[in-house]
Amino acid sequence: MEQNGSSPVISLRGVKKLYQMGDVEVRALRGVDVDIYPGEMIAIMGPSGSGKSTLMNIIGCLDVPSEGVYELDGKDVSRLKDDQLAAIRNHKIGFVFQSFNLLPRTTAVANVELPLIYGGVSGRQRRQRAEDSLRLVGLGERLDHKPNELSGGQQQRVAIARALVNTPSMILADEPTGNLDSKTSVEIMELFQRLNQERGITIVFVTHNPETADYCHRVVRVRDGMVESDIAQRATAGIYATVGDPPPALPPAPQEVQP
Amino acid sequence: MKVIEALRIAMRALAANKLRSVLTMLGIIIGVGAVIALMSIGRGVEKYVTDQFAGLGSNLLFVAPGQISDGPPSLRPNTVKALTVADMEAIADPSRVPHASSVAADFQTRVSVTRAGKTVNVQASATTPEYPRVRNWNTTAGSYFSMLDSAERQRVVLLGADTYQDLFPNNEYPVDQIVQINEMNFRVIGVMESKGGGPGGNLDKSVFLPLTTGQDRLFKQKTPNGEYKVSVIYVSIDQSENIPLAQEEITQLMRERRGINYLDQDDFSIVSQNDLIAVFGDILGALTIFLGAIAAISLLVGGIGIMNIMLVSVTERTREIGLRKAVGAKRADVLVQFLIEAMALAAAGGLLGVALGWSLALLVSTAFGDFEAVVGADAIFTSLIVATAVGLFFGIFPAFRASRLNPIDALRYE
Ligand SMILES: Nc1ncnc2c1ncn2[C@@H]1O[C@H](COP(=O)(O)OP(=O)(O)OP(=O)(O)O)[C@@H](O)[C@H]1O
Ligand SMILES: [Mg+2]
Repeated sequence: MEQNGSSPVISLRGVKKLYQMGDVEVRALRGVDVDIYPGEMIAIMGPSGSGKSTLMNIIGCLDVPSEGVYELDGKDVSRLKDDQLAAIRNHKIGFVFQSFNLLPRTTAVANVELPLIYGGVSGRQRRQRAEDSLRLVGLGERLDHKPNELSGGQQQRVAIARALVNTPSMILADEPTGNLDSKTSVEIMELFQRLNQERGITIVFVTHNPETADYCHRVVRVRDGMVESDIAQRATAGIYATVGDPPPALPPAPQEVQP
Repeated sequence: MKVIEALRIAMRALAANKLRSVLTMLGIIIGVGAVIALMSIGRGVEKYVTDQFAGLGSNLLFVAPGQISDGPPSLRPNTVKALTVADMEAIADPSRVPHASSVAADFQTRVSVTRAGKTVNVQASATTPEYPRVRNWNTTAGSYFSMLDSAERQRVVLLGADTYQDLFPNNEYPVDQIVQINEMNFRVIGVMESKGGGPGGNLDKSVFLPLTTGQDRLFKQKTPNGEYKVSVIYVSIDQSENIPLAQEEITQLMRERRGINYLDQDDFSIVSQNDLIAVFGDILGALTIFLGAIAAISLLVGGIGIMNIMLVSVTERTREIGLRKAVGAKRADVLVQFLIEAMALAAAGGLLGVALGWSLALLVSTAFGDFEAVVGADAIFTSLIVATAVGLFFGIFPAFRASRLNPIDALRYE
């Protein structure tokens, strides 16, 4: 499982997720194998109800698989308890949500500081790192603005700064442009692309939108709780659209393809 | 996460909903406010009354007909055998009550006093000449009547400070002026020092005349064998440690004089200042229990209010909780955050309550002027601690709920 001399950040083997709804058992994931390598930018796509968010929650350590093994940075996290998962989320994962999920009436800096509070970073250092993170996403001028004083795109940048502030192993974004107009979506996707290319940050998207997938080097399609296809591609959109260049990270061939 | 951090978050959350926070605190504010106000007023009154009792005269015993349990003297049945001057003279006998340093008798009734067309209704005390010594009371003008005045049944009178003010609005020199008591002319021979209101009415609204004059000329309240009836006998005891012994001796003497059988109850009472203070203490004790009940009920109501609003707050902020958990908040972090919020709410309510109670107490003591409300640091401290504890207790359930929220569900919550 070596690739480019590195081992995967994320490794799912036979991951299943069952929900018990009264008498009915919902099989949201039915055996997923995926490896994600450092520096990848991946889109997870699939029809509604196919299990994308469920997969994302498991990758993001918000939930644990019912069966199967999930290794994050080489460590099995599939059977951890709530508080242990919280610590992993705090140190290794940055989340970006469709609906931004910023704290209202709270300045951009304070919002970005949030993960550091729970990471036990001291006050002054916290502020410094939050400011750095906001500058990185181009909001150096808006440090003390509150969410209602920011545009949707700016709010999502704050959310991205918050996801970055703990220098996580990866950023997970569930429909990050779902609430944005197409122009702002482009800006946000280009920001993600820059962070991926210039900083080497691993990013996993969940999206319905094929245009989002165009920014990525790899598209994993999910259907009925299984991986339908897992295809490496060239990014064809954004500042790093590499027409003619080889994809920076070649994922392994899909392991399970629906017949 | 540090407590300071949680406190900051809590303060921000409370400040974001100022009106709601204050309304939530109302129960606590009113509870603590009422307790602080009533407690400090109670203490002020207690101090005032204790001072008043001290002003009655030192080491004083009061002998009165009937039992205290019969109610106030004016309401007691007429069947109770009256006290007489002969009783007073018996108590004054050093062979019977050796520790009685001086004894005085007092017959009290209402009279009208007129001067220059102005009439006031006041209490008359017809006393024996020892009265001012026993009551430890001086005159500001003139002097108290003498043994001779008493023996001659002189129509002389001394005025209480307020009565003087009422009858002599221009502050004329009163001595040797004439006033009419129940339409009989009396010569004013002095004015008593102001004592203020005390147990048994405001002595400043009184007049004082010889018992002999009063009973022979005005009131004519005598026993069938011609002895002067009196309302109360004052006995001054030489040393405070002799009071219980003297009380015992007087009881024995009075039982003999009134022919009470061995097994029968006393039909008179002997009350010391300490007894009066103790009665007052009992009243105060009942008041304290009452206050405690008010406090407990309003703190309970306040606590339930806090629990209610915290539950609402947890529901409203489900997404916030989900987000905090997603970015790494542990259960304990969320628990502590909401507990501190509930405690801060209650403690702030407690502080506002103290401020409210204090202002009320100040207001009452300025309005009445006679006493000073005493706001004790211990009362403030206890109120704040109790209020905070209430917040903690009633915050536990909502905070626990918040801490158990599943981040996925919480983030999806609309
Ligand atoms: N908490 C849950 N309890 C029961 N069933 C659930 C739960 N969460 C998801 N499911 C079910 O699991 C399946 C996959 O849901 P999931 O949210 O992962 O889909 P999705 O691919 O993200 O869809 P969408 O594109 O609409 O967001 C669905 O059938 C859904 O009803
Ligand atoms: Mg979804």
